[in-house]
Amino acid sequence: MARTAEQKKARDGWLLSLPALTLLILAASGPLIIIAIYAFLTAGEYSGVIWDLSFKAWFQVLFEKDIFDGTVSLADAHLTIFWRSVRLSLLTTLLTFTFGLPTAWFIATRPLKQRALWLFLITIPFWTNLLVRTFAIMEVLRVEGILNKILTGLHIIPEPLQILYTDTAVLIGMTYVYLPLMVLPLFAAIDRFDFRLIEAGYDLYAGRLTVLRRVILPIIRPGIVAGSILVFVPSLGAYVTPRVLGGGKKMMIGNFIELQFGAGRNWPLGSALALILLLIVGIALIFYVRASASENKDG
Amino acid sequence: MTDKTSVDVRSARKVYDATSGTVVALDSVSVQIHKGEFFTLLGPSGCGKTTLLRLIAGFESPTAGEILLNGTDISGKPPFERPVNTVFQSYALFPHLTVRQNISFGLEMLGRSKDEVARKTNEMLELVKMTAMADRKPQQLSGGQQQRVALARALSPEPEVLLLDEPLSALDLKLRKEMQHELKRLQLETGITFIFVTHDQEEALTMSDRVAVMRDGRILQVGNPREIYTRPVDRFVADFIGETNFLSATIDGKKVRLTTGDTIAASGVEAHTEGAAVTLAIRPEQVRVGDKGGLAATVAETVYFGTDTHLHLTLGDGSELVARLQSPPSGEIGLAPGAKVSVSFTEGAVQVLEQ
Repeated sequence: MARTAEQKKARDGWLLSLPALTLLILAASGPLIIIAIYAFLTAGEYSGVIWDLSFKAWFQVLFEKDIFDGTVSLADAHLTIFWRSVRLSLLTTLLTFTFGLPTAWFIATRPLKQRALWLFLITIPFWTNLLVRTFAIMEVLRVEGILNKILTGLHIIPEPLQILYTDTAVLIGMTYVYLPLMVLPLFAAIDRFDFRLIEAGYDLYAGRLTVLRRVILPIIRPGIVAGSILVFVPSLGAYVTPRVLGGGKKMMIGNFIELQFGAGRNWPLGSALALILLLIVGIALIFYVRASASENKDG
Repeated sequence: MTDKTSVDVRSARKVYDATSGTVVALDSVSVQIHKGEFFTLLGPSGCGKTTLLRLIAGFESPTAGEILLNGTDISGKPPFERPVNTVFQSYALFPHLTVRQNISFGLEMLGRSKDEVARKTNEMLELVKMTAMADRKPQQLSGGQQQRVALARALSPEPEVLLLDEPLSALDLKLRKEMQHELKRLQLETGITFIFVTHDQEEALTMSDRVAVMRDGRILQVGNPREIYTRPVDRFVADFIGETNFLSATIDGKKVRLTTGDTIAASGVEAHTEGAAVTLAIRPEQVRVGDKGGLAATVAETVYFGTDTHLHLTLGDGSELVARLQSPPSGEIGLAPGAKVSVSFTEGAVQVLEQ
């Protein structure tokens, strides 16, 4: 009896997941399969694809052929975009962690009643459209913007800084956008942390930094790993922020892919780039799984 | 202060700011703890015993007063600069480290050589009989085992003083008894000064060299277990440690006059003026029950405890008294409620206390 009841429960569970599963297959796997096919086709003259097998897109990812003499050289511009994407995403992760850890610590150490309010405040930015918020940052950073007005007004700098349309602007924007995604998992980890362990560390002759390094950080590691993945993955594919704050000059992979499907009229190249982005994310996730697996083994 | 003094607490005061005004957790406490002594801070919750322990550990700093260790003022030093280790109430073992790593943590922080860390850690594992569990994580251990690891972790850096904050309170009765012996053994073997905090009077009496009884942020009495039990300074101490009968009386010459009108001998009469109203403290096991020659009393109730039988008695004026008698082999003490008896007290058993 018990077994059949269990079987029924399992079957019902499976039935209930059917809508989500259908959506996932159609909306996620479908386009992915199309992209995977397009990456091995020939580009159509005015966008679209011609159904001829071709590896040209993959070649174009890394190399370019001179139109005049036909010599092949490394596509420096592409590599710059890849490098910028990875570098800015790593820096964003690092910055959100640097700002997020004290923030999460602050919230987790508030009295229980106040915590809900602070967490609520953290989520407020999500109420507004990302594009609007990004334009707001643009307003802050531009040459005649608030930041420069304050800095020159206080005579901290003689000339307004050109921050907008640089990597720095993109970095500031992404750090702002993704900060909550770092704070929330960090908060969850610190919330579970037994603060008496800090006293135990002090008691056993560990100074403040050593307690942070040897006791606190290892114990809240699952939160750090989760936060880093939540920030790093969307940073890598970021589109709006580099587009607005980088001014189209400082492209990231997301913008570059969009360019191939738009003005670039090279759908296979865009598809190949999308797959490469997926590959980088996949590598990041393998690190994540490894980190959590060793956590389980430790635990 | 002598060479024998390990921890010297001088007029230590600790005041906390609370929403409802300030709370005095510790009110000018002075106490000297000798080297190699098993010293217990005993009192009900909120009496300031844990606060005093935390001041010695360095987790809190005193609002006023100072704390000396081997003659040096350590009040301003952070906990990681004090040669004092703590066994926490909840053990506070590092969950991400193995038993062995937990025990070697302090030694590593002190910058001891690899060989020494390994040697000392093995010694400690041996001492608390946890060698077989060395590579387990704390959460894979039972409460008693975690307790032993916490002890080993705190003992491994060879502190001058070991502080124990109600370390046995989370254990069940049988394990607690075992650990009491274990603690006493470790203290004798290592010769380290132990400062033990508990609210369990039996634990305090059986384990300690000396006990300090605390209440409302003050130390009421310091003494060895026998002194505390047989010569309590006031009604609170007498009541908190073991069971006690309290009778109202007045000083009458060299004796005391009970409310029944009888006069009996008591110790401590000289400290009070003639005619002063006082309280008498008499331990139940010091009450003698016979046929004649004492105070007239009526049996109100008998309660059988196995080894003992408690006899609830009513004196002539209605005041109540409990006598603890050893149960006879039959278990029947032969006194039914309503029986008339005569009550007397063992010589020196009646203590005169302030009212």
